[in-house]
Amino acid sequence: MNIHEYQAKEIFSSFGLPVPGGTAVQTVADAVAEAEKYGLPVMVKSQVLTGGRGKAGGVKFCATMDEVRTNAENILGMDIKGHTVRTVLITPAVDIASEYYVGMLIDRNTKRVLLMASAEGGVEIEQVAKDTPELIFKHAIDPRYGLLDHEAMDMGMRLCPDDIKKARQLAAAMQKLYTAFIGSDASLAEINPFIFTPEGQGHAIDAKVNLDDNAMFRHADWEGMRDLEAEDPSERTAREAGLSFVKLSGNVGCLVNGAGLAMATMDLVKYYGGQPANFLDIGGSSNPEKVVNALKIILSDEEVKVILFNIFGGITRCDDVAKGIIAATEQMDINVPIVVRLTGTNEEEGRSLLASTDLHPAATMDEAVEKAIELGNVSGS
Amino acid sequence: MAIFVDDNTKVVVQGITGRDGGFHSSQMLEYGTKILAGVTPGRGGQKFEDKVPVYNTVKEAVEEHGVNTSVIFVPPFGAAGAIYEAADAGCKLIVCITEGVPTCDMVKVMPYLEERGVRLIGPNCPGLLAPGIAKLGILPASIVKEGNVGLVSRSGTLTYEVVYQLTAAGLGQTTCLGIGGDPVIGTTFMDAIQAFNEDPKTEAFVMIGEIGGDAEEQAAAWLKDNCNKPVVSFIAGQTAPPGKRMGHAGAIVSGGTGTAAEKKAALGEAGIPVADRPKDIVPLLQEIWNK
Repeated sequence: MNIHEYQAKEIFSSFGLPVPGGTAVQTVADAVAEAEKYGLPVMVKSQVLTGGRGKAGGVKFCATMDEVRTNAENILGMDIKGHTVRTVLITPAVDIASEYYVGMLIDRNTKRVLLMASAEGGVEIEQVAKDTPELIFKHAIDPRYGLLDHEAMDMGMRLCPDDIKKARQLAAAMQKLYTAFIGSDASLAEINPFIFTPEGQGHAIDAKVNLDDNAMFRHADWEGMRDLEAEDPSERTAREAGLSFVKLSGNVGCLVNGAGLAMATMDLVKYYGGQPANFLDIGGSSNPEKVVNALKIILSDEEVKVILFNIFGGITRCDDVAKGIIAATEQMDINVPIVVRLTGTNEEEGRSLLASTDLHPAATMDEAVEKAIELGNVSGS
Repeated sequence: MAIFVDDNTKVVVQGITGRDGGFHSSQMLEYGTKILAGVTPGRGGQKFEDKVPVYNTVKEAVEEHGVNTSVIFVPPFGAAGAIYEAADAGCKLIVCITEGVPTCDMVKVMPYLEERGVRLIGPNCPGLLAPGIAKLGILPASIVKEGNVGLVSRSGTLTYEVVYQLTAAGLGQTTCLGIGGDPVIGTTFMDAIQAFNEDPKTEAFVMIGEIGGDAEEQAAAWLKDNCNKPVVSFIAGQTAPPGKRMGHAGAIVSGGTGTAAEKKAALGEAGIPVADRPKDIVPLLQEIWNK
């Protein structure tokens, strides 16, 4: 789950990271009121779940109340890469003498949390990684001991070789960031930039955190952080129904068990000249109710001209799936053809259940995809 | 021969009394897997299917039956705990089927396993099936056949699809292995291909990858310099949009990396044919194997 900057800063602040104060607001009047509270100058920062806010004009420095008003008016409602700005963060502007990047992510290769830090702060770190990878220092943190004092200090000294006070502040920030990362079950946590004022005071002035969806069960407070308006409505319904779903722009509705097979099915639809309408993994231990929900979500998209089931049973039993498909078709008014491919555990029971319906069976994945494209008349669309 | 298992593989199932754990334990037993014990805390003293004794702890199962392998069907909140317990009790191979284990839990588990010399497969995986030897997990036994082809995959059902086609073409398998779709997993592509390369019975193998990370690229680089056995590959997710998690926690194109195109290019450069469709995998393998 991606969260907004202001939410990431709340997490950082609760773990003791130096974050300038700030308030998230939805109206121009509130923006002005908050600016008056903090005192000028302030920053007005759009809160959207995408990068490149500054370049899009969604982050503004305001020296006067008129500027706060004008910028808040302009930014609220602005579209940034398809995301509508509904919230802005009002935060005191600080003078910047130097900028650093400090980030952590899950590294698949070392199987650890990887600390990355660079004196090239304030710019897109992906670009630095591409152009000048030698300017990014990395350290894979041993989960048994955490980020030890001397390891953090070593990183701090690499970033600020000539200023021990700044190096210490950076080291402390890195250790707190690691505690925040583990404590909040993050999959990514970035401070970009971590800045020093001309007086030498460090601040985390921008924050990005992604949370691990798998850890949702032990963070009851996360639901409140979810930006429901930023989510695609069908993706939201799917999530609430416990389905793994991604909306795409095609017209072949796909219901597949297993993420890998679901991706391969989408790829195959494309291969045969169609366009998948979605990624949908109905998952293991699939129950009939799940299939009903899945069909409802897919059929809520009016572009969908045909439904394609591709079920290879392992942990998902084909008889469960067949019952689900039948239950769904019985209680729904479905006007598009449905192609069903069932193979695997309990497949004979599953197929015999389907035999009495008007669904279109297919023996293989390729046959199912070709049949779906033909019946839906969606070739080349 | 197979990789990671042999005739001495003695199994305990953690979560044997649950719906999925029970269903698949029955299937594993039916296949002939030596499940000597089950573990469900609070159910100690019961018997699974009137024959497999259930214990409260893995330690008891090890002491009573000398089990050396655990298959885990414990829900996500308890999965890491179950892995620690199996490792501490002395299991040397742990197969964690559970989907949805928090990644930070897995990060912490890893050094614990390394210190004890334990191999973990998964989590979020279908496990392993070595035809004629053992079935550890949820791969359907009906689709496998004993033979000389190895298969490793990040997926579950896509693995079945390919195994099914191998078997239909008369190509039996030494071991079918699903390593799991999470970002942090125990046994990696690299571990699996090195084991297949060393296994005398495995004459050729198939690698099924997907978007996210660079495990396929690393495997390709290693295979190029170290492997003379025929290898073919398939990569799922070329139509996946960037920045979206495609079901598997690890299947995401982020910051422009981890794309299917990159992986295909790396494999191609290493001289490993990449099939366009799952159904092309078997013909491609036959083609290079016969050369």
